[in-house]
Amino acid sequence: MFGQLDLSVIRPSLGFIWTGLLFSANLTLIAMSGGILLGTLLAMARLASLGPLTRIASAYVNLMRSIPLVMVILWFFLVIPLVTGKPLGAERSAIITFTAFEAAYYSEIMRAGIQSVSRGQVSAAQALGMTYWQMMALVVLPQAFRNMLPILLTQTIILFQDTSLVYAIGAKDLLKAAEIAGKNYNRPIEMYLFAAVIYFVLCITLSTLVKRLQKKIAVVR
Amino acid sequence: MNYHWNWGIYFEQIKGGEETYLSWLITGLGWTVSVSLSAWVMALVIGSVVGTVRTAPRPWLVRLCNVYVELFRNVPLLVQMFLWFFVFPELLPPKLSLWVKQDMPAKEFFTATISLGLFTSARIAEQVRAGIQSLPRGQRHAGLAMGFTLPQTYRYVILPMAFRIIIPPLTSEFMNVFKNSSVAFAIGVLELTFQARQMQEDSEQGIETYLAVTILYFLCAFLAHRGMSWIEKRTRVPGYIAAAK
Repeated sequence: MFGQLDLSVIRPSLGFIWTGLLFSANLTLIAMSGGILLGTLLAMARLASLGPLTRIASAYVNLMRSIPLVMVILWFFLVIPLVTGKPLGAERSAIITFTAFEAAYYSEIMRAGIQSVSRGQVSAAQALGMTYWQMMALVVLPQAFRNMLPILLTQTIILFQDTSLVYAIGAKDLLKAAEIAGKNYNRPIEMYLFAAVIYFVLCITLSTLVKRLQKKIAVVR
Repeated sequence: MNYHWNWGIYFEQIKGGEETYLSWLITGLGWTVSVSLSAWVMALVIGSVVGTVRTAPRPWLVRLCNVYVELFRNVPLLVQMFLWFFVFPELLPPKLSLWVKQDMPAKEFFTATISLGLFTSARIAEQVRAGIQSLPRGQRHAGLAMGFTLPQTYRYVILPMAFRIIIPPLTSEFMNVFKNSSVAFAIGVLELTFQARQMQEDSEQGIETYLAVTILYFLCAFLAHRGMSWIEKRTRVPGYIAAAK
């Protein structure tokens, strides 16, 4: 029972777990920035009629969205070294995988965002003589981004939770660090619980902030 | 790229065994489907109850169910699996705890099903609540005005419509269950991802292995989608909710 929990092991392992948490956070932030950038390009490709490019973009998004993330992680971990010819660490492989994988999910959000911008805005930009890229960068994307900000952030919270799956290739994230610490001190129960608490507190704080942001944006519109 | 292709690998025997790799994959598919379907049934039942209660006029019950949903939505599924697998047995009375740890049959399967089921139930609860709240308030009032009790109003008026409305999000959730079941490899369920890793290590034919497993996951998602579309068509109310062809 809980009475046998020995929480004193948490203190000496804090530094170790902190490095794990830092990796998880880094992975989340890099995959978020890269994923949103790539995802926006994918969404633009899907909405413009560019023939093969449009089709490739949709195929990519649908493929990524129908495979379990764990399998995608394993695929990249296997294929990248085969293509480049030299082994890539689990950590770097994870960063590439998550950026590529999350791009598909972010692109669906950005697609909805771009479609949520009213047609008049596009017509107005064209009437002003803007090129496609000017129109996107100055008129459409800023509004699309703003409309979708809460959903983009919610997806990022999901991304943060999903980073725990790098367990499959042994990258040292928060969960793995907790597991190793648990083994070192022979108190795995406490360490798993501690990791769960960290995930929970971080995620619930972030999602509360997103909810507040959503209300704020809803009032302005 | 330096890779030795061998497309016949599926029919070769595993190292030091009688079975072929194909039989590993079939076993994996079996476990993936069993875990996913049992978790889905569990999630549907619990999620419907929790989601419905969240719209009931009982503030303390609503709050309790909100806590339930937040708890299961804010911890990664893999961590939840570890909690059920390693931590939960420690909280049981000593005798039961010993039985769970040593003698419980198919322990991995039940643990995976319970954690995936509860994880998914929180997401379904969210959708059921949204579905109920998307109905015009007049429906509830009409039901009560007809002399139905509150449970009767839910049973005969609100829920039948709410469930039809949320079939599309439930469809993607059903497909998610199959994808999420892949996490169960971490606690040793012999499902597809587990077999993929095992076969890759044993045969060293990674690409062929992962390709086969990916196609099998694809197939699961496709059939799940087909099944839900069939249900959606069968339960459609004529003249209501996007009466498409």
